[in-house]
Amino acid sequence: MNTLLLVEQGLNGLQLGVMLFLMAAGLTLVFGIMDMINLAHGSLYMIGAYLTATLTPLVGSFVLAMVVALPLAALIGMAVEVVALRTLYRREHLDQVLATFGLILFFNELVRIVWGPQPIFLKPPDWLAGTVEIIPGVPYPAFRLAIIAVGLAVAGFLYLLITRTRTGMLIRAGASNREMLGALGVDVKRLYTLVFGLGAALAALAGAMAGPILAVQVGMGESILILTFVVIVIGGLGSVRGALVGALLVGMVDTLARALLPTVLRTMMPPSQADGMGASLASMTIYILMAAVLAWKPRGLFPAHA
Amino acid sequence: MLERTNEGNKRETAAVLIGLALLVALPFLADAIGKGFYVTLFTRILILGLAAVSLDLILGYGGMVSFGHAAFVGIGAYVVGILSWHVFDGSPLMTWPVVIEGTENGFVVWPLAALMGALFALAIGAISLRTTGISFIMITLAFAQMLFYLAIGLRTYGGEDGIALYNKSGLGSSIDLFDKTTFYYVCLAILVVFVWLCRRLTRSRFGMVVRGARINERRMRALGFSPYRHKLTAFVISGAGAGLSGALLANAAEFVGPAYMSWQRSGELIVMVVLGGMGTLFGPVVGAAAFLLLEEGLADLTEHWQIVLGPVLLFVVVFARRGIWGWIAGPAREDR
Repeated sequence: MNTLLLVEQGLNGLQLGVMLFLMAAGLTLVFGIMDMINLAHGSLYMIGAYLTATLTPLVGSFVLAMVVALPLAALIGMAVEVVALRTLYRREHLDQVLATFGLILFFNELVRIVWGPQPIFLKPPDWLAGTVEIIPGVPYPAFRLAIIAVGLAVAGFLYLLITRTRTGMLIRAGASNREMLGALGVDVKRLYTLVFGLGAALAALAGAMAGPILAVQVGMGESILILTFVVIVIGGLGSVRGALVGALLVGMVDTLARALLPTVLRTMMPPSQADGMGASLASMTIYILMAAVLAWKPRGLFPAHA
Repeated sequence: MLERTNEGNKRETAAVLIGLALLVALPFLADAIGKGFYVTLFTRILILGLAAVSLDLILGYGGMVSFGHAAFVGIGAYVVGILSWHVFDGSPLMTWPVVIEGTENGFVVWPLAALMGALFALAIGAISLRTTGISFIMITLAFAQMLFYLAIGLRTYGGEDGIALYNKSGLGSSIDLFDKTTFYYVCLAILVVFVWLCRRLTRSRFGMVVRGARINERRMRALGFSPYRHKLTAFVISGAGAGLSGALLANAAEFVGPAYMSWQRSGELIVMVVLGGMGTLFGPVVGAAAFLLLEEGLADLTEHWQIVLGPVLLFVVVFARRGIWGWIAGPAREDR
């Protein structure tokens, strides 16, 4: 195994990790504050990707399209919260799973009607289309580096938002005691809608940035949604710090397993079998990781309400 | 014990008897109106109903929200598929330590499917039941995803494309499963027996402990019961039922594939249970019927039927809490 390949795969893992963090941060905030499990979070990711893909040719710039798409996705998210999800906060988790499962079906079909079943291809902006040699001999796509940079910047922004601002203080207070926060005169309902919009915008950001890497298609939200749940369960439900650690862990483990397992297995069995086994084992790795973490610490690595 | 009014009891008994009579008469009715495909559709309903009832046993009575129940269905289906593949291929399943040949004998394969479902449920349940709440939902989902990807990795058995069966399971010379009416009645008989078993179980001392653990686990422990062991046992029984339904599903579709274990399938099973009515055992069968008929009816109207189904689900969850069975058979049988 050569070092250069490892560096490249490490960066890929980091890129997947920050992408997962963008998704997980919103989901875990919604869970921490509203005690709500929202399967439709992946739909907002998909909507972000579709909006950006549609707007890019219209406004002529990928970045500008994103600037328009994110507030739009946040608005859609807040509308969904007000119309459908608000009644579910005090319900059992089972009800929330079911209702948001219904929302997934609805959004997938809506997107299929509006944009058709064919995947849409989205090109990265020209100035990010090339590669950069971070270490001599390792050309790495500039767009993926940009994703890592944006992801880390968002992580920093969230840290400042949550620890240093009044809104952040309210979010933390909401997570530890909702009733008390309401009793102190804070408009909790508005706070919920705001947090939901923030989560929606983060999911849409992840979707928009995933557009040029993966195809923009119906169902793209579900594959990342499940990974995101793995992340927040490993990190500890409701904890943003846990989401960051979990996301980087899952991103790295998944990427490295996919890169290394087939090669390792090839030393033990015939190549055709090794590739099949390797691919399926690699897909299983993060679930094995999650089962192991939960078996060891049933509340995740950084439980929010200790 | 359960607080029940006599009236509610009678109404439920009547509903069960009428439902059963309709199911028994269905092939004749379908024949009379010349729509034979209803027999096939209702065979699917009975099979998925069996899976939904097995889920209800843990979800409705034990409060265990398993989001990976389709995995056990898939395992049962793969038992049938893999053994049948070896018959076709002529190669043994394994040669060491004992030689095991492929087989299509239903009396061997079906119990084996249930057994494998139970064994996997034992392993998965033993770990998952250490957690509760959302973590439990997610860890069962994680295990189902593992098995889903494992199935995709089985290149010998078709990988992502699955296995097309060339033959249905044999049940002796007098029962021919290729006859769709016969197959329908076999499924109906299995479902009736399973529902009856589950009903006995939920009303037994064992069932009371499981139900008690849902309402107040600490109190059950204080009474000297081990909720973990009782819940795990229920989980295993449920896995066996799901495995058996998988074996039937493989025979109905004459196909086995990883898609049987996808998380959407698990979601649909939960939908059937809640739509029909949790903790009622009969409800999930009604829920399976409602789900598949809705799917069938809406698919006829519009290709985009899911855009209707999604909001219907949301509506049912928000407004019709006790499901269809609660509406048919009267008020809830126990305080929730």
